[in-house]
Amino acid sequence: MNKFFVPITVIAAAMFAYAPFMILNAPYEATMGLVQKIFYFHAACGMAMFLAAFVSGIGSAMFLFTKKPSADRMAVAGAELTVIIGLIVLVTGPLWARKAWGVWWQWDARLTSTLVMWMIFNAYLLLRRYGGPGSEKLAAAVALFGMANVPFVYWSVNVWRTLHPKTSVIPSLQPGMRGPFWFCVVAFLLVTTAILMLRTELEKRRQQLDELYLMAEES
Amino acid sequence: MKRIQALIIALLLVAGPAFAAQEQPKRPVQQDEFVPVSGPTNPQETIPAQTLVGIAYGFIWVLLFGYVWSVRTRLGRVEREMESVSRRIAPGK
Repeated sequence: MNKFFVPITVIAAAMFAYAPFMILNAPYEATMGLVQKIFYFHAACGMAMFLAAFVSGIGSAMFLFTKKPSADRMAVAGAELTVIIGLIVLVTGPLWARKAWGVWWQWDARLTSTLVMWMIFNAYLLLRRYGGPGSEKLAAAVALFGMANVPFVYWSVNVWRTLHPKTSVIPSLQPGMRGPFWFCVVAFLLVTTAILMLRTELEKRRQQLDELYLMAEES
Repeated sequence: MKRIQALIIALLLVAGPAFAAQEQPKRPVQQDEFVPVSGPTNPQETIPAQTLVGIAYGFIWVLLFGYVWSVRTRLGRVEREMESVSRRIAPGK
């Protein structure tokens, strides 16, 4: 296991446990009231999802060019985490939207592009699971498409007319909201990093197990 | 058959603009910044915001802990299998 795993996990767990208290003390938003507090974890999860998608995409690109198993392990871990954190984003978003907009879902650019990106990484995992031997390269190309989607998801609210708040809400956050928000972002990025390390370790052990089985067959 | 097709096309041509002319429900406006206030804003809310916030945060905690637990379990299973295969190989060496 990576030597940074334990310190990162300890810091991430402490921050993750303290985050709700900071959110509780943050001021209410004038238009949306209490439900806006979902934002602190929802937006932080969105950033963590982008991080996981980048890890998967970069790992896939490295795997396609260098054929290193370590790059493939990184890609698998990133893709699985993109799906998990993406699910959080796609569930917490509608819970917030139902109160703020009066509807659970809108087929606007941000929501739809996020769903498409999430489905691309689901396709990656399905391909790895059921694609058979040699599916790693095809899956890597799928992950690259998934990563290419990230800038579209991010900029969609500024380019197209959507109900989703613009990216400008984050730099314009008032001091009472800014502190808890960035605290949650750091907490989620650390949690994501720690889980990525753990998941990569699982993939490493699986590859070692496959090698052991090959040795057992030869002997 | 052609008459029916012509009738359907005519209906669509008439109905399309008629639906478009209907007054659209008022959509909330897109926000470009959040404005803080000191307390809850609307005491007569139809869906309690507490429930939605509780579900959102509960879901996040359960899913993340569940996922970490699942990875730990899978890791433990693979490690046990590695030990068992290693034991099988060792006598043959």
